[in-house]
Amino acid sequence: MPGVQFTILESPCVPLPVENIDTDQIIPARYLTATSREGFGEKLFRDWRYKPDGEPDKQFVLNNPEYKGSVLVTGRNFGCGSSREHAVWALYDYGFRAVISSFFADIFKNNALNNGLLPVVISADKLEHLFMLVNREPSMKVRIDLEHQLLEIPKAGMALKFDINPYKKECLLRGLDDIDYLLSLKGEIEKFEKNALG
Amino acid sequence: MKPKTLFGKIWDSHVVKSIPGGPDVLYIDMHYIHEVTSPQAFEGLRRRGIKVFRPGKTLATADHNIPTLNQHLPIKDEISRKQVDTLGKNTGDYGINFFGMEHEFNGIVHVIGPELGFTRPGMTIVCGDSHTSTHGAFGSVAFGIGTSEVEMVLASQCLLQYRPSAMRINVTGKLNNSVTAKDLIMYIISRLSSGGATGYFVEYAGEAIESLSMEGRMTVCNMSIEMGARGGLIAPDKTTLDYVNEKAGKINIPVSDRNIEYWSTLRTDPGAVYDKEISFNASEITTMITFGTNPGMAMPVGGTIPDPPADEKEAASYMKSLSYMNFRPGMKLEGQKIDYVFLGSCTNGRIEDFRAFASVIKGRKKADSVTALIVPGSKMVEKQIYTEKLDSVFREAGFEIRQPGCSSCLAMNEDKVPPGKYAVSTSNRNFEGRQGPGARTILASPLTAAAAAVTGRITDPSGLISN
Repeated sequence: MPGVQFTILESPCVPLPVENIDTDQIIPARYLTATSREGFGEKLFRDWRYKPDGEPDKQFVLNNPEYKGSVLVTGRNFGCGSSREHAVWALYDYGFRAVISSFFADIFKNNALNNGLLPVVISADKLEHLFMLVNREPSMKVRIDLEHQLLEIPKAGMALKFDINPYKKECLLRGLDDIDYLLSLKGEIEKFEKNALG
Repeated sequence: MKPKTLFGKIWDSHVVKSIPGGPDVLYIDMHYIHEVTSPQAFEGLRRRGIKVFRPGKTLATADHNIPTLNQHLPIKDEISRKQVDTLGKNTGDYGINFFGMEHEFNGIVHVIGPELGFTRPGMTIVCGDSHTSTHGAFGSVAFGIGTSEVEMVLASQCLLQYRPSAMRINVTGKLNNSVTAKDLIMYIISRLSSGGATGYFVEYAGEAIESLSMEGRMTVCNMSIEMGARGGLIAPDKTTLDYVNEKAGKINIPVSDRNIEYWSTLRTDPGAVYDKEISFNASEITTMITFGTNPGMAMPVGGTIPDPPADEKEAASYMKSLSYMNFRPGMKLEGQKIDYVFLGSCTNGRIEDFRAFASVIKGRKKADSVTALIVPGSKMVEKQIYTEKLDSVFREAGFEIRQPGCSSCLAMNEDKVPPGKYAVSTSNRNFEGRQGPGARTILASPLTAAAAAVTGRITDPSGLISN
């Protein structure tokens, strides 16, 4: 089965300059009772996006018509807390395809990579600079080129190299799926079981 | 041979294959699943038309969304009921053991695995739940995974994983009176911050760790994820073996001589190198509470809320947290009125936690202003509470014991704390809205939670314990 492909993305940014955003904020636990992967976008950042009476909170960036785009720019330690993959499904379903931060929580990062949502890590200084640029010009576009591992900000004449593990990069560029690969190892896994566990 | 860390030994012995420049194919000995993070994984298997590769190595329970009252009745919330029914159907279709809501072995996944004898030293253990790190208390490599990875394990009993770095945290000396395993780990997290161990697998060592019971060790390892660590583990010793031997008979998973021989090798070799090593002195640790909205924001029960950090962005996030809690820098929380108390969760829902709570409330009364949610971690813990007649201590003090489940730790069921109310909770996360929209959580040990329950205020438990 094909996985999700990611090659080049060009988009304005949505800034959310808060640190330590946990997956309970990205998708509150009370919405985790669904048995499919679809429809979580509606509940993305539910308790920050809406007031208790259900009215959209105009202060929150997703309700600000100036900011539209498929790149979320956010503070360090994004995605900490619960392992719920629903957080990634919610971001993806809402329309995000990449998240930029100075560092991500481990499980969130793995979940993101397994669903074609690209986590882009840049230094704290560069992140600060990007927030400043986006604040100044909300419609400013960034360009993410996975093959060359480049985050380009043409307006500022900036091109930042980012790290990604080579295996996941290959999977995303080619739309490959981990499970197909693991299934192809069946013989080796059985041999391991016999030798190591037998 | 090059000396190895405990973590390195277990990891290396489970690598089926290393992809050059890529991740390891890691064999998984034990896979726990629950109703919330598994349905989409089974849906994936169906779409691919494949079976579960080793159904005997997966164990299922319903814990996250189930009610803690009237479990003999169908779950009222239709979507929650469907989710639990889906797990029943999936485990039935694929031949997986399932301890559903009314089963005598039902309970929180990280409570039942150890108490039923499934969790053993030297294993690799995963579950679609970040608190899987709990099982590291036995000297196993245990960590939380996402649903796509649950599907990988069901399909192949393997995961593709990059090897994390290794950190050792030494805690020398002895813990003070009234200072529990919960205070110990909250102290460590407050020193490292909520992201301070990201990328690491942590081995806890030192006298203060070795002197902990298995329940205490599980509490410590459980919260490893709250400082960002992939997992935490403690080398198995006599305490571990005694516990494992005692539990081996529950559903007859015997301990062999070969097991014991292998387990005795599970310690870090002298001279093994860690990527990072930190030491703390146990005597400096006091009873702890949180004051903000992540577990890194913790202080001594008698302390004052620290000033915001110097960095402007960090200060903004810090003040956002305090504003949610309606607290201010410089404030003392001891004596602060609270509304709810929650005893339970995979962090503090074991028998020892109920004994600790009972030791404080015995001969006292619950404060009228406090609503208490007292939730055993499993049916077996519940049974033990009644066997030890702790139930009468709770009842006489005005507390009602509920039925097992994750309950108010993440409030997927009805056990919610109302907006704006303060809850002293023995769980693991004080995130915004974690115990219900607008709820304000203060994490603490079972002793401190009990002290709050009988006084209606944040109280250091030392004065209430007769030594």
